[in-house]
Amino acid sequence: MATVIECRNLRKTYDGKVEAVRGLNLEIAAGECFGLLGPNGAGKTTTIEILEGLLAPTSGEVTILGHKWHSHERELREQLGISLQETRLSEKLTVRETIELFASFYQEPRLSDEALDQLQLREKADSWVGKLSGGQKQRLAVATALVGNPKILFLDEPTTGLDPQSRRQLWDLVRSFQQGGGTVLLTTHYMDEAERLCDRLAIVDHGQIIAEGSPAELIDRLGGHHVVEFSVSGTSNGTAQEVWRALPGVEGVREDADIVSLTVREPHLTIPPLLDAVERQEKELLHLTTRQASLEDVFVRLTGRHLRED
Amino acid sequence: MAVSEQPVRTIEPGQTLPATRPSGRWSGFLHLLAARLLEMKREPEVIFWVFGFPILLALGLGIAFRNKPADTTSAAIVAGDEAQQTAAMIQGKNPAIHVQITEREAALQGLRLGKYDLVLESDGKGGFVYHYDPSRPESVLSHSEVDDALQAASGRKDPVPTSTVASSEPGSRYIDFLIPGLLGMNLMNAAMWGIGFGIVDMRQRKLLKRFVATPMRRSDFLLALMSSRLVLMIVEVGLLLGFGVLAFRMRVTGSWWTILLVGVVGALSFGGLGLLTAARAQKIESISGLINVVMMPMWIFSGVFFSYERFPAILQPVIKALPLTALNDALRSTILEGGSLAEQAGRMIILALWGGISFLLALRWFRWT
Repeated sequence: MATVIECRNLRKTYDGKVEAVRGLNLEIAAGECFGLLGPNGAGKTTTIEILEGLLAPTSGEVTILGHKWHSHERELREQLGISLQETRLSEKLTVRETIELFASFYQEPRLSDEALDQLQLREKADSWVGKLSGGQKQRLAVATALVGNPKILFLDEPTTGLDPQSRRQLWDLVRSFQQGGGTVLLTTHYMDEAERLCDRLAIVDHGQIIAEGSPAELIDRLGGHHVVEFSVSGTSNGTAQEVWRALPGVEGVREDADIVSLTVREPHLTIPPLLDAVERQEKELLHLTTRQASLEDVFVRLTGRHLRED
Repeated sequence: MAVSEQPVRTIEPGQTLPATRPSGRWSGFLHLLAARLLEMKREPEVIFWVFGFPILLALGLGIAFRNKPADTTSAAIVAGDEAQQTAAMIQGKNPAIHVQITEREAALQGLRLGKYDLVLESDGKGGFVYHYDPSRPESVLSHSEVDDALQAASGRKDPVPTSTVASSEPGSRYIDFLIPGLLGMNLMNAAMWGIGFGIVDMRQRKLLKRFVATPMRRSDFLLALMSSRLVLMIVEVGLLLGFGVLAFRMRVTGSWWTILLVGVVGALSFGGLGLLTAARAQKIESISGLINVVMMPMWIFSGVFFSYERFPAILQPVIKALPLTALNDALRSTILEGGSLAEQAGRMIILALWGGISFLLALRWFRWT
């Protein structure tokens, strides 16, 4: 597959001191849905806006569809669909007027009725933008990006603040665009979004990529696909950690506020010896759960922090 | 924006080429202009501030400063033996003077409070004492009118016969002076707010950034803003002048084409200034302050409500270099005196310089994001 988005050694320093992006390399193939996953402030928006040609990098090279921004801006703009984080469209225009306005900027736009249908906005075509719900506004924002019939779709935090149903509708949209042959680059701090939607993703932290691959590959690198979480009475100490690590099938141990998380290959091989060990220490088991490992676990393993620090 | 009647089509998975239609070169510009005008039409506050407010202002000031039948003055005569006779002497010569007889205390109190312009008191020797306030023009006027009436009634003969003609013809009244000034001020206000505030609002909403993320031509965007201003300008000029003609029998002596052309140059000039003011501001709070700072001196100095000739001579060259002064002068000259376009050349050059230089600087400094 041809590479459609490429950047090398991308750096962005604001006001000569804040380093938002610190040497980032990406290669995204045609037809891929690629995600930049990371906590708020990781440099995702700065990165995507540099790739969108809206922000100049301090250093580094960006190539989109084989072209550079400085020499082919107009041609590139015709082929990209961009949805920014938090654009407030004019409230006193109708949905249709807004789509027609954006369509008018492109040489070969799609029919606005078709875009309205695809985004399930036809019923709202004559409503003022100000009257739309959050989910409808976000779909309209994506509609204004799709109306130019783009080859690449850039979405910056497309589902932040949306209810579950609106999020699923948006995911469906992204998939249908991809099925039509489009390439998608999105940023998100939702691990479930990244896991379900992206073919490949890069985990970004402090302006750098700390891991890259398909969601399954990244989880594989944890060594186990399952997580056993438990807590015991009494304060923990270093020796206890050694005990957990020595249990059969344990690939990783983490302690976070009295809760111990074990990354394991097969929970049924680990849990019985775990219960025995608790008993031998004359402690009481307060809580025990098992679940599938997620990208959140990958992030925590890599950084020691959670994706969403609320 | 026309609703296109296209058959409904659904996108099947795997369909790679959705139906498209070509856009013309000016499609973006026309849609931007239409969107701008629609948005304004749907904002009732904008309609009021742009169209209603200047008309209300003209109406209020026109009524307050309407030409009253010659100012009357009011004099009090201190009660006494000859008070009645004195009052009759004054009113016999000048019936316009309002005369009242009252006690000395009440009369002097009334003078202090502005109820009377003059207090007349007999000196007991066949003469009179005037109490008046030389710092109040109506008091001075009353003094001279009452004195004239008394002297004439007592047999004074004027050595030179004179007569006067009152002037309250349309064209020389305050309302005639006011309406072109309000028109100029309104063109400035609407351009500064419409363009300056409009741009910063769109910048704050990240809409400017969203626009430049499309293939939109940036020049089309600026052109659409300016054009929307011109469309509104024509309505503003028509409404305000029409109002003056209908409500105050104002006489528009100049050619409407010349007036319109002055309006176009004025609107574009302030459009450029609005663009420059908004070139970098990020928040609507800061642009509101900036716009007021730019406009304030012109409200005062540019002869909107009163002639700028009242300011010291040393300030005159500076005042005449202000764009609103040039616009107001040009509007008054064409509307009231029928001045030709050629006579406005100097003022038009001032407006063009302000607008042109502002526009160029704005393009240089403009921030889209």
